[in-house]
Amino acid sequence: MPVPYFDVLKGLGAEVVLTLTAVVALTLDLVSVRRAEMSVRSRTIGTTAVVGLLAAILPLWQQFNSPPTVLLGGTLVVDDLSVFFKLVIIGLAVITVLISMDYDVGRHVGEYYAVLLFGAVGMMLLISAEELITIFVALELTSISLYILTAFHKGELRSQEAAVKYFMFGAISSAFLLFGLSYVFGATGATSLRAIRDAVKLTAGLGMSPLLATGLLFTIVGFGFKVAVVPFHLWAPDAYEGAPTPVTAYIATGSKVASFFVLLKVLYVGFAGLEGSAFWGHFSSGWTMLLAVTAALSMVLGNCAAIVQHNVKRLLAYSSIAHAGYIFIGLVAATQMGATSVLFYIIVYALTNLGAFGVVAALSSRAGGDEMQNFDGMAKRAPLLSLFMLIFVLSLAGIPPLGGFFGKFYLFAAAVQRDAQHFGLLWLVILGIFMSAVSLYYYLILLKHFYVIDGADHSPIITPTYLNVALGLVALAVVALGVYPKPILELLNSFSYSVVAGWVH
Amino acid sequence: MQVDWTIYLTFLGVGLIMLLPQESKSLIRWVALVTGVAALLVALKDYFNYNDWVNAQISAHGALQDGFTQIVNVSWIPALNVKYHLAVDGISYPLIVLNGFVCVTGILFSWNIENRVKEFFAFFLTLIAGVYGVFMAMDLFLLLVFYELAIIPKYFIIAIWGSTRKEYGAMKLVLYSFVGSALVLIGILAAYFAAGGQTFDILELAKHPIAPDVQVWVFPLIFVGFAVLAGMWPFHTWAPTGHVAAPTAASMLLAGVVMKLGSYGCFRGAMLLFPHGFEYWKWWIAWMAVIGIVYGAAVALVQKDFKFIIGYSSVSHMGFVLLGLATLNLIGMSGAILQMFSHGIVASLLFAVVGRMVYDRTHTRQLDELGGLAKVIPFACVTFVIAGAASMGMPGFSGFVAEYQIFVGAFHMHPVLALAAGLSIPLTVAYILNANDKVFMEQDPPAGDSGHGHGQEESGDSPPALPPITLPERVAAMILMALLVIVGVYPSIMLNMIKANVQLFLRGAP
Repeated sequence: MPVPYFDVLKGLGAEVVLTLTAVVALTLDLVSVRRAEMSVRSRTIGTTAVVGLLAAILPLWQQFNSPPTVLLGGTLVVDDLSVFFKLVIIGLAVITVLISMDYDVGRHVGEYYAVLLFGAVGMMLLISAEELITIFVALELTSISLYILTAFHKGELRSQEAAVKYFMFGAISSAFLLFGLSYVFGATGATSLRAIRDAVKLTAGLGMSPLLATGLLFTIVGFGFKVAVVPFHLWAPDAYEGAPTPVTAYIATGSKVASFFVLLKVLYVGFAGLEGSAFWGHFSSGWTMLLAVTAALSMVLGNCAAIVQHNVKRLLAYSSIAHAGYIFIGLVAATQMGATSVLFYIIVYALTNLGAFGVVAALSSRAGGDEMQNFDGMAKRAPLLSLFMLIFVLSLAGIPPLGGFFGKFYLFAAAVQRDAQHFGLLWLVILGIFMSAVSLYYYLILLKHFYVIDGADHSPIITPTYLNVALGLVALAVVALGVYPKPILELLNSFSYSVVAGWVH
Repeated sequence: MQVDWTIYLTFLGVGLIMLLPQESKSLIRWVALVTGVAALLVALKDYFNYNDWVNAQISAHGALQDGFTQIVNVSWIPALNVKYHLAVDGISYPLIVLNGFVCVTGILFSWNIENRVKEFFAFFLTLIAGVYGVFMAMDLFLLLVFYELAIIPKYFIIAIWGSTRKEYGAMKLVLYSFVGSALVLIGILAAYFAAGGQTFDILELAKHPIAPDVQVWVFPLIFVGFAVLAGMWPFHTWAPTGHVAAPTAASMLLAGVVMKLGSYGCFRGAMLLFPHGFEYWKWWIAWMAVIGIVYGAAVALVQKDFKFIIGYSSVSHMGFVLLGLATLNLIGMSGAILQMFSHGIVASLLFAVVGRMVYDRTHTRQLDELGGLAKVIPFACVTFVIAGAASMGMPGFSGFVAEYQIFVGAFHMHPVLALAAGLSIPLTVAYILNANDKVFMEQDPPAGDSGHGHGQEESGDSPPALPPITLPERVAAMILMALLVIVGVYPSIMLNMIKANVQLFLRGAP
């Protein structure tokens, strides 16, 4: 079959633009600004990256609201849902670049932004992918970019250790994933998600074959590493703490959004019919049960471990483990409402975490570190950024009227709605709600350092205006998603139908 | 302007204050005060309109047909059919007005705050706006939003401007409230889906019968979740530490209105929606309330810290509210609602005396270290005596009208309940008189107490020099005392609408 290259390039216009921008950024740094001052280089290349990212919106804009395109026999799908999430990824990448421009990323400025853009390309491919091999390749592109970025603090041992740890865990998880995917292929004879679903349906009455069960298990283990849920979370705290803070923001948001998105697709599209049951007292094998158990473990361990942290980035790492647990609750629901709630929550979660890490990046480089004590009395030194931090952290804690509250509420509502007559999933929701009460403790401790404790240093901290505006917009979005979630929610709900079209119930 | 403008005006005040520069402290105070007064006036105007309407209805039909004044009802989040639904009735109006009064007097009693004035009033007014919202929200989701909006500012107000283990007290309070609201959240989700997953609207859910076996386990979730904030024994332990740690205005708000959020939630969220569940659990609630009443009063008697006395007395008085609600008869429940208002005023006044008038001047609250203040700040003494008398249930004050009705209601439910709760009467008299004696009357501090140095060690007749009571304090105290007397002497100004609405409730209408 001849490959329709032109169609592929057209369908992946945004990815092409970003790849070209990455090459331009590399060349520009090498050719023209290598000898310039560090800040000039950072500004120039960063601006180039932002321009490239904004230019990538154009092809996406044209694809929005047009009939879905299927490329290379179902390998890549460009529909409204994927276009929307590619836009989300671009938004996250733009903010990450802006945060990075204000941050010392070392000598290799061109390479930094180029790799960051390659990572974005990987995430966007991941969002379009509906075929196992493409998913794997896109996942690797994303992951390898992130390994490199994590190690960018070349002089710092912490960064090196984090990168090695992240890489080792990532490599093992890729092995698990590949192993699982190959078994799935062996059991179903297909690599396209929709074909897998059809093959699974044929054997619906016969129960799960051991081959398929093994494949499913290892696939979930592989993804479990990528989204950092307990017990596959061990890399996260070290990687988050050691990586340059803008990179941490990128790992915690962009890559999480893409990974959760593709996990949703793999489970809801590919493994529809293998969900089993996680209802209290009616457990049966399938992926909802696996997810329910990991969700419970993540929420408990993530929240409890976060309590004893002293480093802000580490604390946010454990909190994001807990949040992965909440998101799994939405996945366990296995309904359209569940899909919508997961999609909504990953957007809110990504914006909130991006903002929080952005504030930490901007302030820690000026306050001398990212331990909790470094932020003492910040409300007086940097009132604006502290206010943003207040919004982000309270949103993570799930306090209304912020996005985090409604997002979590909707996740929980989706879970209870499934099997509402017998409250089958209420046990998971009760655990989630109580664990968010626990989480309020450490979030308030964090805010206590910003607002209550008076630090030794009283000198005001001045941050660049573009950064304040960018973080302000993120904060505004977090508030808006909580106060008026209706438009986004309806949009996502209309998209998510394509994900759950294959459900039997 | 309808009563919902209390919410918007207060938020507007928050926004204005955020825009003002940190340095212009007195401007910020005035903006806060004007906001508070404006909201109070809006609330009062509507209160009296409603009162007239209720009286007209009663004289025309003998009873109310529908107690609610609908304010706004628009779709908010269609995916879950959440609505922005505000409505008020004769049960929420007294509490809205109470919130307005406590807000204004709280601002007046905070006039001397110099540290981070801007943030203080921003947090303060956010809390007030949240409380207004809770008393009007008729959608469970919306109610929860406003409810949690009122929880978070408390942490910062107490932790930044408080005293005595402030961070501990603040965290304990917030976590208790948040765990409470977690219970409520579970209950709300369960109720929503048990009623068919159609609506969070309280008035519509009330029409939708929920299966009795579900009610039996969902009711305690919501009731206890709210009752934590109402200081129900044995979940009351946040209250004394929180009250003690809080700055004056925050203690006033906590005891004055925030605890009422809890009891109001119990009534509106739990009792209205789960009549069967309530029937099932009411004896438990009644007895826990009685234990709270007597225990709170007894513990207050042995406290050494002036503010702890008032803190435990709040637990005791809130027990009356829960007992009144549990009686499920007209007189008991009307008393409970009136008690919410009455205790709101009494507690605010007592905390103002302790925190602002005494502690801010002497910098101690230990009974042993205080004494003879009646000569130094006589105004504080008079205020305390009047508030104390209202607290004991002296006829002529609002506390008497409320507690008397609760006793009668409890007697109807079971005489032993009323008798047991009656044990608190002598205890209350004892701890109020004891505090009055130690703080305002006794001249000489006990032996071995020199060195604390607040002027008292120069024994003799020369009174220690303390700053005089300021004008804002006098005005605020007068307002609150006037309310106690007005409602005490002329209770029908409030009781008519309460009774009419409780009657509606007892007839099974939402």
